[in-house]
Amino acid sequence: MVKLGFNIGDLHFKNPVLTASGTFGYGSEFDDFIDISRLGGIIVKGTTLEPREGNPSPRMAETPSGMLNSVGLQNKGIEIFEKQIYPCISKYKTNVIVNINGSYIKDYVALAERINSLSKIPAIELNISCPNVQKGGMTFGTDPASTRSVTKAVRAVYSKKLIVKLTPNVTDIVEFARIAEEEGADSVSLINTLLGMAVDASEMKPSISTVTGGLSGPAVKPVALRMVWQVARAVKIPVIGIGGIMNADDAIEFFLAGASAIQVGTASFIDPRASVKILEGIEQYLERKSFSDISEIVGYINK
Amino acid sequence: MGKRIESLKIINNQKLNKDSFILELWCKEKLPEMRPGQFAEIKVKGSPETFLRRPFSIHDVNYGENTLKFLIQIAGKGTEALSKLEKGDMLNIIYPLGNSFSLPESNQRILLVGGGCGVAPLLFMGKYLDENGHHPDILLGFRNSERIIEYDEYMKVGRVFLTTEDGSRGEKGFVSEHTILSEQNYDRVYCCGPEVMMKAVGEYCRQNDIDCEVSLETLMGCGIGACLCCIVSTLNGNLCTCTDGPVFNIKDLIW
Repeated sequence: MVKLGFNIGDLHFKNPVLTASGTFGYGSEFDDFIDISRLGGIIVKGTTLEPREGNPSPRMAETPSGMLNSVGLQNKGIEIFEKQIYPCISKYKTNVIVNINGSYIKDYVALAERINSLSKIPAIELNISCPNVQKGGMTFGTDPASTRSVTKAVRAVYSKKLIVKLTPNVTDIVEFARIAEEEGADSVSLINTLLGMAVDASEMKPSISTVTGGLSGPAVKPVALRMVWQVARAVKIPVIGIGGIMNADDAIEFFLAGASAIQVGTASFIDPRASVKILEGIEQYLERKSFSDISEIVGYINK
Repeated sequence: MGKRIESLKIINNQKLNKDSFILELWCKEKLPEMRPGQFAEIKVKGSPETFLRRPFSIHDVNYGENTLKFLIQIAGKGTEALSKLEKGDMLNIIYPLGNSFSLPESNQRILLVGGGCGVAPLLFMGKYLDENGHHPDILLGFRNSERIIEYDEYMKVGRVFLTTEDGSRGEKGFVSEHTILSEQNYDRVYCCGPEVMMKAVGEYCRQNDIDCEVSLETLMGCGIGACLCCIVSTLNGNLCTCTDGPVFNIKDLIW
């Protein structure tokens, strides 16, 4: 039996396959297709203090080997989350992590404080990398001083595991990972979507309402892999790899490059069973290669 | 009712005209129960440019034979690839998805209105109504006589009225201008087609206080309510076409 578990500090995950925020709803959307409790964790939708209606339609465009989205953090806000959603998602026997977003540092702090008191949520993912909101989001993640101050402020009020989700839309992502680590983050996850754009030639207008949006899918995988490799060599905290992982082979590439865990995102749109299939494929790979513990292949290409 | 993902065998690809065709699929398992208005997310294989699944209304179901049909119009690379599939090929689908048309009350006068390829979910609905003792009228609009599809099939479930834009068959003009609308007092309208046509029909229904349900089409990411890409603006906020729809009552829509 291959050991698949990994830890962020003293928080144990039974395996390294998580689902990416914004691609997995609140989990229940996938109940007909997979047993969510098999996964190492799920990161539920980006949550904000106040309800958000998100961006106008159209919010997506298909692009070669990927898609652009500009959902704009549509969600019902923390109050509905606490009262209605939390009781439902806490039934899953896996680590349920909430992705939090704000326009100002005080928003992130208020969210972190409230989620800190939810006993079944062992970690938050600090989203300072959403490219589809006008205020906050990626503006925190592309400025080193802002990354530092928001991480520090949230760390001061949040006692459980803090994962900082990084944006690829910077010159040197390593600098941001180091800042997160210095300010007490327990883990970093990367990459959020790449800022992109599509134009409809026949209609002669932008394909999505916000003109620019976040690119995801296999198109971004080489960029994500490069960044994970760079960051994993620079920080000591666990790195969670995200970006275009469609199958177990893709996931393995991220482990070999230094990721301790991975998130499955856009793949779940095409096959709602993708996360569990990837988990099974990782296990088979390790058996085939005669490894007994997944930690043996984390960062293997650097060894 | 559970959603399923599975590969079904294509047993027929019937060309209707130069850009419309019907894929008929056979399932080796017992088909899940499907309701008129629901749809499937179909995977187009083999090209990086057809990365996401495509949503298509369920056009017809035969539970006895374990078969279902999709009426598809070639509109881009995905539908082009689907048009080339042959008998024996496999097609991976997620289904049944979304809500469905609501059933009318007994003795209500019902009209189904479809335009172009938007007629797809109305055959399933028409048959369903027929089986449940309703006798719908059916008003179909096409660009010209060569574009008329499945006319004989609709004839089996009710009286069929036609419009063509060039007048080559039926009344000339759009469905929203057909004389049947002024001659009959319908209680309920079920509509699917291009948005401009559904809005015109919706406006007619609003003015005449007729209950009207429309089946909307938007770009979709996942089809199961996870990505929030396919929203439609309603009086209840932004809702997902894939899970809150595709069928909406026009009184809830901000049109």
